[in-house]
Amino acid sequence: MEKNESEMITIYVMGKKHLVPADLTIMKAMEYAGHQFKRGAGCRGGFCGACATIYRTKGSYKLQGALACQKIVEDGMYIAQIPFCPAEKKTYDIGELRPEANTFLEYYPEIARCLSCNTCTKACPQDIQVMDYVQAALRGDVEEAAKLSFDCLSCGLCAVRCPAEIVPYNIAQLARRLYSRYVVGPTEHVLNRVEEVEAGDFDAEIEELKGLETAALRERYNKREMRV
Amino acid sequence: MKLPYYPGCTLKTTAKSFDASTVASAQALGIELVELPRWNCCGTVHALAKDDVMHYLAPIRNLVRVEQMNDEGLVDDNRVVTQCAMCYNTLKRANQSAKEDPEKMTKIRDFMEKEPNYRGSAEVVHMLEVLKKDGFEKVSDRVEKPLTGLRVAPYYGCLLLRPRGFGIDDPDKPSVMEDLLGALGAEIVDIPFKSKCCGAYHTVQMKEVAADLSHRILSQAAEAGADLVATACPLCEYNLGDRQKEIKKIFREFESIPVVYYTQLMALAFGQGEEATMFGENDPDPRPILKERGLI
Repeated sequence: MEKNESEMITIYVMGKKHLVPADLTIMKAMEYAGHQFKRGAGCRGGFCGACATIYRTKGSYKLQGALACQKIVEDGMYIAQIPFCPAEKKTYDIGELRPEANTFLEYYPEIARCLSCNTCTKACPQDIQVMDYVQAALRGDVEEAAKLSFDCLSCGLCAVRCPAEIVPYNIAQLARRLYSRYVVGPTEHVLNRVEEVEAGDFDAEIEELKGLETAALRERYNKREMRV
Repeated sequence: MKLPYYPGCTLKTTAKSFDASTVASAQALGIELVELPRWNCCGTVHALAKDDVMHYLAPIRNLVRVEQMNDEGLVDDNRVVTQCAMCYNTLKRANQSAKEDPEKMTKIRDFMEKEPNYRGSAEVVHMLEVLKKDGFEKVSDRVEKPLTGLRVAPYYGCLLLRPRGFGIDDPDKPSVMEDLLGALGAEIVDIPFKSKCCGAYHTVQMKEVAADLSHRILSQAAEAGADLVATACPLCEYNLGDRQKEIKKIFREFESIPVVYYTQLMALAFGQGEEATMFGENDPDPRPILKERGLI
């Protein structure tokens, strides 16, 4: 059924009722209703993970998670933002670690509390197999954990929902760091570029940019060469 | 024959020699062990408290994965092969419970929601059961280098045999490992403590308990003239093997005796190389005695 552009629906933001256009994202609907985002909004394109949101729809027992900038509002939706997830994040020197199960257990021992309930996976707005990567980390399969978690935005919804109080996205980040450092290793093109930077190959260009006026800088930015 | 294979976490970390020798020796017998593409912790036996439904999710989900492998044609058998005694025991008992307790399964289904349901079609087996069913003459036919003159004391521990009805063999008088090792040409050294406790997880907080219990088992094996002890459990291997350093601190007269996985001896007898036997991973090192017996 095609949506009528002027159709209005009811949403509840932190319990307060608002009438909003039916085709807006949660983020835009909240702005339409008069909220201003100071935290909990970033790229607005589904890439940064800043706008984690939990919601329930009318008549459903399910507590669901989404990125506010991606999810379209539904009639009767109860919404609350999770702009920040309190999470234990460890400091480590990646050069002194080993790519094995004990590294995860040392820094995040709560990982062993995983019940395999899969609640994290169901909470993930990126459709990542979160539980599978936590389990892979637990058995020292750094490569599998890194690859499965590649699309993680660290929005925090998995950590908020985990009954074992694990912070899966920090596990994932450690896994990807270990994978890059010890499994893939340094890549030649990055090493070459670092060498070029250190040799001062780009110094003149940077100096030139520093001297430009805003308008000229903007033009250069718009005409920049994009390589994919 | 393609069989689903559930290695469990220990075979991927501290018992890599068990994993490598299992896959290689099974291959030699024409059994392709296909690791589950997705698997999680078995749940460990702590999961099996009757009223703790949440902890059943782990083992049940692994059994769902076995059904999915069959549905996708990745394997041609509903038996999932395990090696670790803990995984075997947990998965098998959870499977039984799933079949006998519909109320519990309903709760699990309600919780798992859109995930595929467990239909109850998987069967949990231990590698030793697979070998026994195929017949040990198949094993002896494949032997290239009989373990002649090697005196091996089989050690079962607890989780492979108990509780009654779930074990791979008679809990009072097991013989499956003896039959297998005999088929490899080894000389069997029987020890009365072959199914007594090695100390299990006391090894984490009370090393001396594990050392004391393991010392009794190992002393029996040594007195009976065994060259080494063969086991099928990674925790037994650790307590009987690595813990010998603790044993020596308490019992000064104790002389070390190597402890290996039965699959390592299979790979050796099948003429497979160090990449399959991985004897370098065992502590104490079994290679000197194997050299002495002319086997490596």
